[in-house]
Amino acid sequence: MNTLELIQQLSAAVGPSGREAAVSDVLRPLWEPWSDELRTDAMGNLIALQRGNGAEPRPALMSAAHMDEIALIVTGIEKGFLHVHRIGGTDCRALLGLEVTVHGQEDLPGIIGTRPPHVLSADERGRIVPWEKLFVDVGLPHAEVVARVSIGAPVSIQRPLIRLQNDLVAGKALDNRASVAALTLALQQLRRREHAWDFYAVATVQEEVGAKGALTSAFGLNPTLAIALDVTFGKQADDNGGGTFPLDKGPTIGIGPNFHPQLVQRLRDVAKSEEIPTALEPLPGHSGTDAWSIQTAREGIPCGLLGIPLRYMHQPVETLALRDVERTARLLAAFTASLEADYRPRWEDEQ
Amino acid sequence: MNRDALLELLYMLSNTPGTSGDEIEVRRALRPHLEGHVESLRVDAMGNLIAHKKGTGAHDLRVLLTAHMDEVGLMVVDHTGEGALKVATSGSIDARLLPGLEVRVGPQARPGVIGIKAIHRADEDENVIPVSALTVDIGAHDREEALELAPIGTRITFATTAHPLGQLVAGKAFDDRAGCAALVALLQGPPLPCDVFGVFTVQEEVGLRGARVAGYTVAPAAAFVLEGTIADDLPKEEEGSPTSEIGKGPVLTVMDRSYVADPRLVRLVIQVATAAGIPYQFKQPGIGGTDAGTIHFTREGVPAITLAIPCRYIHGPVALLDPQDLEHTVALLRASLEQLTPEVIQRP
Repeated sequence: MNTLELIQQLSAAVGPSGREAAVSDVLRPLWEPWSDELRTDAMGNLIALQRGNGAEPRPALMSAAHMDEIALIVTGIEKGFLHVHRIGGTDCRALLGLEVTVHGQEDLPGIIGTRPPHVLSADERGRIVPWEKLFVDVGLPHAEVVARVSIGAPVSIQRPLIRLQNDLVAGKALDNRASVAALTLALQQLRRREHAWDFYAVATVQEEVGAKGALTSAFGLNPTLAIALDVTFGKQADDNGGGTFPLDKGPTIGIGPNFHPQLVQRLRDVAKSEEIPTALEPLPGHSGTDAWSIQTAREGIPCGLLGIPLRYMHQPVETLALRDVERTARLLAAFTASLEADYRPRWEDEQ
Repeated sequence: MNRDALLELLYMLSNTPGTSGDEIEVRRALRPHLEGHVESLRVDAMGNLIAHKKGTGAHDLRVLLTAHMDEVGLMVVDHTGEGALKVATSGSIDARLLPGLEVRVGPQARPGVIGIKAIHRADEDENVIPVSALTVDIGAHDREEALELAPIGTRITFATTAHPLGQLVAGKAFDDRAGCAALVALLQGPPLPCDVFGVFTVQEEVGLRGARVAGYTVAPAAAFVLEGTIADDLPKEEEGSPTSEIGKGPVLTVMDRSYVADPRLVRLVIQVATAAGIPYQFKQPGIGGTDAGTIHFTREGVPAITLAIPCRYIHGPVALLDPQDLEHTVALLRASLEQLTPEVIQRP
């Protein structure tokens, strides 16, 4: 399977926060051949272990990529139309007119509708449609809708992956399935490389509602180090200043309080020696990623972050470069292989 | 035409791209469905496709039937340094709908997407982003590549593929490919007492312009305009007139922003519908406009009426209609034309 097919499959899987089982079902057969152990923990995190060849007790690197996606949830049914609200940070500015799937007793196709502009006041036409005036229309009479859909049913965006020019792809849930794809590729590459450390690949749950899965899996695994993989803001026509990064120019390496300076330096050194282009991403506070949770698990875990630049985040047309996914995988695998058996990140003033 | 064939025709027409002034693909799609069913088929100077179906000779009324081929869309007007396309609307598009969409760009139907600044980085603002501030991303590296792949003037349409949805059907451009499908169904049927000129018009969405010249060319005694019209049957705070409702039958226009329907034709259609047991509804007066808006005042004037199929979310990427409404519209049109005699529209 090539990177495009991998991302196609992962993007299509439906896994709103707290209901990620369908994504782990896709991942299990992909990870199984490259893992020494594979399990799902109590929260639903999928954890693969690839043992290192160092002497026991071996240090462990945990690499986390969240597999949940933002979505919608049914909050009511009126005249056969579904009222919905968001799971995670779904952007209500980019929802109208979209095709969706309502996950009721069975999957039902639907459209996100609202009243036509012709019958609205100028003021209403000029404002973002509030959640209470936005409906999912499944084209069925009220009685049939009530019989098939209950309140709390998740609603996902129906959007097969779109191939743009220059090996860019656009679609739903690329935040953060792109990183899950990179993690999958890294697992494959590492199997063919010598590495002293144990390597845990973790597809985490519930990142979009507060990085919950990362917190519990880091507690459970108690790794020596952790690298989180997530998407970051790509340069786009209407947003290309500070804090945005060009597509197809490699992943970003996070720098800031969330990250151990020595890990940041090491990631940069490995990227340089492997000739992988990267950019430094300054994150002066909350990184908005799994790394934020992992860093404070147990006694504290030194963290690093790799970011895949992505345009139009939290919209159903998230856009990124396939090569950036491959570069991220290569950097993660090379970083893992570079870890000497006795390596521990240290502070400059540490004795 | 049975329901399956009618829907297959609707899907095919819906999936075909054709913004105002660029209706050639729709004409190409229509031709094979008309050839053999009409006496003549020609394209006029504007691009209207004119099908003449001779009557039985019962009387000599010339009747114009129109459905417009064009759909609303976008046009490339500029390129950004990052390789994104700046666009303007062709016809009326609700700017609220555009962010998050997949589109098809140019004759090669290159995929493109419309994204906006991530919500994490956007200002707290409840205002809709105007079309002038939106861009279409085809993945071009830079301005030069964008200019080469999608030069200024390139047409852009929604990327929707039509499909069933619950008891309804979903697709783009039902306004007015639903009318086109109904007109094809009528023309494929047996001859009518009157001489019928079925015209698939151009440029309705930018000012009812194809119909204006078609009205002049055909010089009809009466005109029936087939449309896909607004259904506003979603829940709302104050239940006023719903404009039209899906599943309640063809929609008759008494008056809209573009014209006043001929009351004799309205009366005829109501009588015919009642006698045949075909449901119908009235469009809330004062909203929208159709090709009848230019046809009714061509030459010395033409009695005109609009029969429309109610559609939710017209002018958006996905509209919905009830196949039963489409069938009822074809049946009501045929029955009305069978009952149309010179006496109906005779002035004292």
